[in-house]
Amino acid sequence: MLANVFGRLTLSAIPYHNLITITAVGGAVLLALVIAGLITYYRLWSYLYKEWLTSLDHKKIGIMYIILALIMLLRGFADAMLMRGQQSLASGGSAGYLTPEHFNQIFSAHGSIMIIFMAMPFLVGLMNVAVPQQIGARDVAYPFLNSVSLWLTTAGALLVMVSLGFGEFSRAGWSGYTPLTELEYSPGTGVDYWIWAFQIAGIGSTLTGINFLVTILKMRAPGMKLMRMPLFSWATLFTNVLMVWAFPVLTAALALLTLDRYLGMHFFTNGHGGNMMMYVNLFWTWGHPEVYIVILPAFGIFSEVAATFSGKRLFGYKSMVFAIGVITLLSFSVWVHHFFTMGASPNVNIFFGITTMMIAIPTGVKTFNWLFTMYRGRVRFGLPMYWTIAFIVTFALGGSAGVMLSIPPADYVLHNSLFLIAHFHNVLIPGSLFGFFAGYYYWFPKAFGFRLKESWGIAAFWCWLIGFYLAFIPLYVLGFMGMPRRLVTYPNPEWHPWLLIAAGGAVVIALGILFQGIQLFISIKERRALSDPTGDPWDGRTLEWQTSSPPPPYNFPNIPVVRDVDAFMDMKERGVAYQRPAEYHDIEMPKNAPHGLIIGGLAFVFGFAMIWYLFWLAILAALGIIFTVIARSFADDLHYIIPAAEVERIENARYRQLAAAADKLQRDRQAVLQLVPER
Amino acid sequence: MQKKPCFLSAGLLFLAVTLFGGCRTIVLFNPKGPIGEEQRFVIIAAAVLMAIVVIPVFIMACWFSIKYRASNPKATYMPKWRESETIDLVMWGVPLAIVTVLAILAWSRTYMLDPYKPIPASSDPVRIEAVALDFKWLFIYPDYNIATVNEIVFPVQVPVSFRLTSDTVMTSFFIPQLGSQIYAMAGMQTRLHLLADQSGTFAGQNQQLSGLGYAKMFFKAHAVSPDEFQSWVQKVRQSGESLDLARYDQLIQPNEDHYPVTYFSAVKPGLFLDILRKYDPNWGKNPGAMNMSVLPPAAAGDAEGR
Repeated sequence: MLANVFGRLTLSAIPYHNLITITAVGGAVLLALVIAGLITYYRLWSYLYKEWLTSLDHKKIGIMYIILALIMLLRGFADAMLMRGQQSLASGGSAGYLTPEHFNQIFSAHGSIMIIFMAMPFLVGLMNVAVPQQIGARDVAYPFLNSVSLWLTTAGALLVMVSLGFGEFSRAGWSGYTPLTELEYSPGTGVDYWIWAFQIAGIGSTLTGINFLVTILKMRAPGMKLMRMPLFSWATLFTNVLMVWAFPVLTAALALLTLDRYLGMHFFTNGHGGNMMMYVNLFWTWGHPEVYIVILPAFGIFSEVAATFSGKRLFGYKSMVFAIGVITLLSFSVWVHHFFTMGASPNVNIFFGITTMMIAIPTGVKTFNWLFTMYRGRVRFGLPMYWTIAFIVTFALGGSAGVMLSIPPADYVLHNSLFLIAHFHNVLIPGSLFGFFAGYYYWFPKAFGFRLKESWGIAAFWCWLIGFYLAFIPLYVLGFMGMPRRLVTYPNPEWHPWLLIAAGGAVVIALGILFQGIQLFISIKERRALSDPTGDPWDGRTLEWQTSSPPPPYNFPNIPVVRDVDAFMDMKERGVAYQRPAEYHDIEMPKNAPHGLIIGGLAFVFGFAMIWYLFWLAILAALGIIFTVIARSFADDLHYIIPAAEVERIENARYRQLAAAADKLQRDRQAVLQLVPER
Repeated sequence: MQKKPCFLSAGLLFLAVTLFGGCRTIVLFNPKGPIGEEQRFVIIAAAVLMAIVVIPVFIMACWFSIKYRASNPKATYMPKWRESETIDLVMWGVPLAIVTVLAILAWSRTYMLDPYKPIPASSDPVRIEAVALDFKWLFIYPDYNIATVNEIVFPVQVPVSFRLTSDTVMTSFFIPQLGSQIYAMAGMQTRLHLLADQSGTFAGQNQQLSGLGYAKMFFKAHAVSPDEFQSWVQKVRQSGESLDLARYDQLIQPNEDHYPVTYFSAVKPGLFLDILRKYDPNWGKNPGAMNMSVLPPAAAGDAEGR
């Protein structure tokens, strides 16, 4: 009877015996309690619920996505430190401090978290904050869907975190190759946590893809033809095309694996007609485009930053757009390069080898375009620009390692070695994370109305950059020394010194993260001194800098008319950037709704119940989700009106603030001074 | 920003010194067979070709950041300049040319270094059937009717022809100093041809995560003189233990620590085929099989073919 009620959930699921895990769980729980306590103390629950958790405002959803990404970055980085620590200690026959059970979970969690729960929410968050404003829209096409996406992603992340305290996480790597992930070889709950965390977050990502695709295609301001879109919007458009094309493949692959594990089917099993190669193909059919999903938005950010901070138009706009398009298409034709060593014929391997190399062409073009954007510019070294230049240099190195790996016979000796690990960290850290940091520093003032303090940011930047080289150059060498990835212990003591250097690099990166934390803390404390009353702290070129910082819920009181790629710069140059509109209108905005939060919560319960075979609870949660969706679709009170008078009041306050800060504006001062409304 | 070139050149120098200075431990740059040698050539050629793009990127990134910094009003400032056909042509053309050269190189080497392709040599190859187990490698020498665990011995200058499968999850068989790795998968046979042109002992390993004992799945490969090989075969034959099905069932139990080297003086005939058919009962009976790697030799029309 109890087995029916509790499935396979027993008290022994809690890892009392593992000191490291229980410390992590204790720390996480304690932190959560402290935060909850503070919220209670300051009586913020109602504010949090009304203004944030149920919000459909794209800017707030974006900020919540980024908070999720930063929390998961800390978790994923803690995993990285544990791995580096283990490989530093486990030399010369020593077992280190982690068992294979634990170590395998750590690298699986590290990969899963960094891709799905750090990079994905970070890029979706930045998209949310910037894209609607960049295209002159008041919100995304489907604000409610946006909230659903956020909470589904959060539910997935929560499942990964809960796996620390109940049961275990997958030990089969973030890519979850079958048949290792089949019930026969992984009978525990770990793989199920991995499946449901990916599945739930993946559905959220598909929905995001649809949402932003429609937003960009249908909601651009008048005059903004496709070829007048800022590069970040272009990158977002292509990213969402990839998300809509690729994520359903992951959903299907995971669904088939779920059928194998739950209903004893044989899609990917050893024997009985199962074929593991099918899984590997499906996984990478999603997995390779996924790499571009996390990199393209960063390419867009670098394009914005390079143009803004060089005080110059982006060089080769058409080339850039064309290059992203080519990358988008090619990204679906290269997946086999993840398994050249599977025994396919040379005909197959060389086809995928050459398509892979071809991606280097548009990528190289983009690199030169960024460089020529700086050429004959006036380069200001704000924080976003630091990350951009570091990216250009570092990414060139990682990209060329990638071209090396694209040659099948070279891959035969480098595959699954630490060279591969070095390569993809060398493209993903500069290529996405540096880009996200650039975006974080670039749009932070837009989202919060004050800048992040530069001094701590520069210190953090150098720690990240130096730490990165220290941590990953040794891995290239270790790859050439024949060291495989994912080793908990290793037989060759000659690898040890290099692993020590890599661990040192990880410590330097940890300092960088610490400095970023300090930077955030100090900047919040000194927010008045760092405030940006103009809404345009960087002499921006695109529409998001026309709104105030932070923008009002409706972003634009009147939808701007676009005449140029650098729409806002064009307005500033024509002296019409801050014109008072002839009249204000009522603005209809989406009302906050709890349904997204409820669906996310129920999705978490559903995932948890499925993992522990609490099928009655899973059915209840699934019914709950369906009921919530139906309830939402019957709700007809979806919007609220901001009356024209209220818009005018908000805008007048904004004009007064602008006029008071006119000396901080690079352009259009006279126009701004004339804006102050009569009293 | 000006500091960056120093860090970079230091890093590159560091890499170069370790790669070409301390070569002995950098096994991929110290290959002991023709496959590995060719692969080293491919890696270096790719690195040199990529340097044609990467080095200008480094130089331009430093040069442009210094010259066009905002505090240098003497530099030309062209805020509206955004297109140049010449630059466009160079920046699409040069990467295109490099990738073309690289593609030609990759094309020829992919066929040349196909792991399924027998290595031409005057002597017949030594045939080894490798089976990935939890967490050890079983090597069957069908021509000698012997088997070993976690050790292979073969003569130098004689090609070694591997047939591989797995009696567990997907694994990858790799002897870095000799060249190419290949996956071993249950119910499927993959092929690999290697040759050592110098005698020596080389580390071998599983390169694909296969579970808790994955890190212990390493072995030694010894390339020895023909005489030494013959005496080693004799030594194995005298070990007295034979690998029948009962012993095999015992062998496939997962081990936690590195499984000690074990010799079997006799092997159940057809054991390798039995293991394949454990997962695919029709293995070798169905010439219409979809995947090339599961095609039996007979269907491919060539005993050493795919």
